[in-house]
Amino acid sequence: MMTPQDSVLKNEEKVIFALRSLYARYGYSQYKMSKFEEYDLYVQSKDFLISDSVITFTDTSGKLMALKPDVTLSILKNGKDAQGCVQKVYYNENVYRVSGGTHMFKEIMQVGLECIGDIDTYCLYEVLMLAAKSLATISERYVLDVSHLGILSAVLDHVGVPENDRKAALKCIGEKNVHELCALCSAAGMSAADTELLKQLISLYGKPAEVLPKLCALLDGRIDSTLLQEFCSVLEAFGGSAFYDKLRVDFSVVHDIGYYNGIVFKGFIEGIPSGVLSGGQYDKLLEKMGRKAGAIGFAVYLDLLERLQQSEAPYDADILLLYESGTDLGTLNAAIESLTKDGSSVMAQKEIPEKVRCKKRMKLTESGVETV
Amino acid sequence: MNMLNIALPKGRLGEKVYDMFEKAGFACPSIKENNRKLIFENEACGVRYFWVKPSDVAIYVERGAADIGVAGKDILLEYAPDVYELYDLDIGKCRMAVAAKADFCDDPRRTLKVATKFSNIAKNYYDSLGRDIDIIHLNGSIEIAPILGLSDVIVDIVETGTTLKENNLAVVETIVPISARLIANKASFKFKNTQIEQIVQSIAAQTGEVK
Repeated sequence: MMTPQDSVLKNEEKVIFALRSLYARYGYSQYKMSKFEEYDLYVQSKDFLISDSVITFTDTSGKLMALKPDVTLSILKNGKDAQGCVQKVYYNENVYRVSGGTHMFKEIMQVGLECIGDIDTYCLYEVLMLAAKSLATISERYVLDVSHLGILSAVLDHVGVPENDRKAALKCIGEKNVHELCALCSAAGMSAADTELLKQLISLYGKPAEVLPKLCALLDGRIDSTLLQEFCSVLEAFGGSAFYDKLRVDFSVVHDIGYYNGIVFKGFIEGIPSGVLSGGQYDKLLEKMGRKAGAIGFAVYLDLLERLQQSEAPYDADILLLYESGTDLGTLNAAIESLTKDGSSVMAQKEIPEKVRCKKRMKLTESGVETV
Repeated sequence: MNMLNIALPKGRLGEKVYDMFEKAGFACPSIKENNRKLIFENEACGVRYFWVKPSDVAIYVERGAADIGVAGKDILLEYAPDVYELYDLDIGKCRMAVAAKADFCDDPRRTLKVATKFSNIAKNYYDSLGRDIDIIHLNGSIEIAPILGLSDVIVDIVETGTTLKENNLAVVETIVPISARLIANKASFKFKNTQIEQIVQSIAAQTGEVK
């Protein structure tokens, strides 16, 4: 049965509740932070941000401040590193950044988690599993694309993509743009065999059970086998679970290689045209911030979930209750209380407002409530 | 059935592209009827085609109103939509070029005035050269800008070069070759993967390349 909360709460609000309790169940504690951050923090790691435009202002002490465009950097700057331990936090914050489609600043509600410290294979699995569970909380029609930037970097090294061409090569890989990648390899003087290896790698797409054997066969003896082992063992740990079928190996998930180093992933929900979840392992960012630790995390972009919302209720309220000026407050209140008892919503008005849609119109008269 | 939505660029290029889709087994005969309809459906094949302004195809695909579409590389470079670029159809070929009056000689001590419809392409190109430019964004008849002294050069699409020649202009530099590309929405690629892959394979087979 539909509870009043079901009908009143927006999709993203229901998801926030569900995700917060999911993350808390796995020992993640909530991290609450201020809306503002010193701008300096973002200058150091500008490329880590999804959009490099930041809303800034000068605070009362003359410091240049920013409305947070990102949450991860704020969490990282405060932690302490301890051998064998990980800091597990989740957040539910608004961030302010330029949205890709409109090129205008937007307030984006974001829920996510970070696992920072001595990251082992279990941590990688746990975060990936929580990413899959987060998507499953939103809709059962989801896909979680997983890639490994360590493997991709090693392959780029192996085939000898020149340093100057790396950015362009990664752009082609991210777009699944095989034709331009081949042209780039040829212009860089790479051999046909090396070009073919790269082409085959980015053409791989599918469920782990189908793709991992092909991946291992393709890269066997060509790159550090521990990278392949790590990738396979994390994905195979999902074997037998309902999530296994939802994972897709896809090397087109390319986050900034200057910050991310290991497993990276992106989640999609049917009906939403862009990725709703994005995350990965970003040890290099911590290294740049002078910390001796690893980290993996993800964020869910709740603003995109609006598209999943069922069509709006056709009525503003079930009952429009009209009353006269000077009606006794107690009588009016009692009439409303009585009408709302069965769960109906009641809008009290003296006149019928324009464009208000109600199932039923009623009037409070001296003899009681009448349907009009 | 989960219909595959395909955005085609209105005009001759779009008609050529539709023929490729038809040969790939995704026919929709009603599209060839001479009328003003913009949306055509063939439930049996599971496809819905719609004609849109060529420069809007990428927006329809990026926003998920279309699962796949065909857009010129010029539009993809200019608007950088977040889509997959799955295949170079090798049709609608032309080039993005810098053109100027036949007697133009670049003076590197001055800011170069560039008239164009493709501001981002022009900016990225001259950024890569480290050349200081002043972009004059125009929406059409770009060729007259250097003639009237509005700009030093133009950055525009050059197909045969006839329009340039007739206006006493010449290509100074080719920035990038352009052709029509098959693009896909990133989420649609996951959820309609079999249909999309089938189209890419069939089209690749038509153009002689097996993926």
